[in-house]
Amino acid sequence: MTFINYAAREINCKIVYYGPGLCGKTTNLQYIYDRTNPAAKGKLISLATETDRTLFFDFLPLDLGTVRGFKTRFHLYTVPGQVFYDASRKLILKGVDGVVFVADSQEARMDANVESMRNLEKNLEDHGFDLNTIPYVLQFNKRDLPTALPADEMYRQLNYKGEPTFEATAPLGTGVFDTLKAVAKQVLMELRKK
Amino acid sequence: MAQFVLFDEEFQQIKEVIGRLRADAQAKVVFIVDKNGQQIAAQGDLEALDTTSLASLTAGNVAATDGLAKLIGEKEFPVLFHEGERDNVYISIVGQRVILVVIFDERSSLGLVRLRVRKANQDLERIFVAIQAKVESEKERRTDGVDSPFAEITDDDIDSLFRE
Ligand SMILES: Nc1nc2c(ncn2[C@@H]2O[C@H](COP(=O)(O)OP(=O)(O)OP(=O)(O)O)[C@@H](O)[C@H]2O)c(=O)[nH]1
Ligand SMILES: [Mg+2]
Repeated sequence: MTFINYAAREINCKIVYYGPGLCGKTTNLQYIYDRTNPAAKGKLISLATETDRTLFFDFLPLDLGTVRGFKTRFHLYTVPGQVFYDASRKLILKGVDGVVFVADSQEARMDANVESMRNLEKNLEDHGFDLNTIPYVLQFNKRDLPTALPADEMYRQLNYKGEPTFEATAPLGTGVFDTLKAVAKQVLMELRKK
Repeated sequence: MAQFVLFDEEFQQIKEVIGRLRADAQAKVVFIVDKNGQQIAAQGDLEALDTTSLASLTAGNVAATDGLAKLIGEKEFPVLFHEGERDNVYISIVGQRVILVVIFDERSSLGLVRLRVRKANQDLERIFVAIQAKVESEKERRTDGVDSPFAEITDDDIDSLFRE
């Protein structure tokens, strides 16, 4: 839910990184955090297990600059990808403005990608959203791995509605900002319609 | 996609209510967050406080507790209280939609905070109902040709946000 604060002249938008366990959602946020200048970012909060798996969410607030006299603030969240955290995952989607689906390129993770995407579709529906209409970007992560499937093969299985799609290697930052930019753009464009 | 809009008039009213609450309850900090984790307003000793993080964690906390409530067949837990060694946090839900947070230490007490929050809650609920009504009427007005400031956002506007 975009929050337009006329008093403070700010727009706040919520972006959620979704995808199966270990696909690289947290790594996307860490890279964005590392490469953003201190004035434009808040703390990166990670509610994680002792083994660095996301337990509830990661949160990173970003100030992107000014549009039409309004400060644009993006709140980036990741969900916990492990299947059994579904109740928490659903809570994070509340009030979402845009979704990034991070897919794991490894062949062995294809079923997990597909299952996670179905889970996204359903959890969005439960909040009254529709994956067909919500701002949405697809990322193929872990392109550096030798076991990565060809991108067109992944596209065939994971493309939902012709959404912008990026290949990425999140620890190196490849594709990370392109992904963020594409989803932010769709979210801001939505404001035009209101 | 739903939208939450805050106008200057109501923003001032909210600040006034929580400023008064802070004084009456002898609290250190009072702030208001929406259930999605966006901070709406804050009053008190904010310098040492990361209010953005606080807002997100509070909303996460409330969301988790709401989920818990539903699991055991409760509608919600309208109040959450965390007691610390030095500081305490009193969290309550206003009108099922926003979260009121009061941080206080030994200069105040749970009883006093609870009492003052009850009063402030009513005032806040009234303001948020008014905001909702205003948003609805704005929507109608807009279809009569009055545009939001974002009606004209261009690709260039957005690209400029990402220029380093
Ligand atoms: N080789 C390679 N490793 C990656 C890439 N992206 C992430 N990783 C590694 O994969 C592991 C899991 O990454 P996370 O970002 O924690 O995964 P996650 O999606 O947040 O996982 P959950 O929190 O369990 O949902 C880490 O060891 C990362 O360093 C990538 O593009 N290439
Ligand atoms: Mg994670």
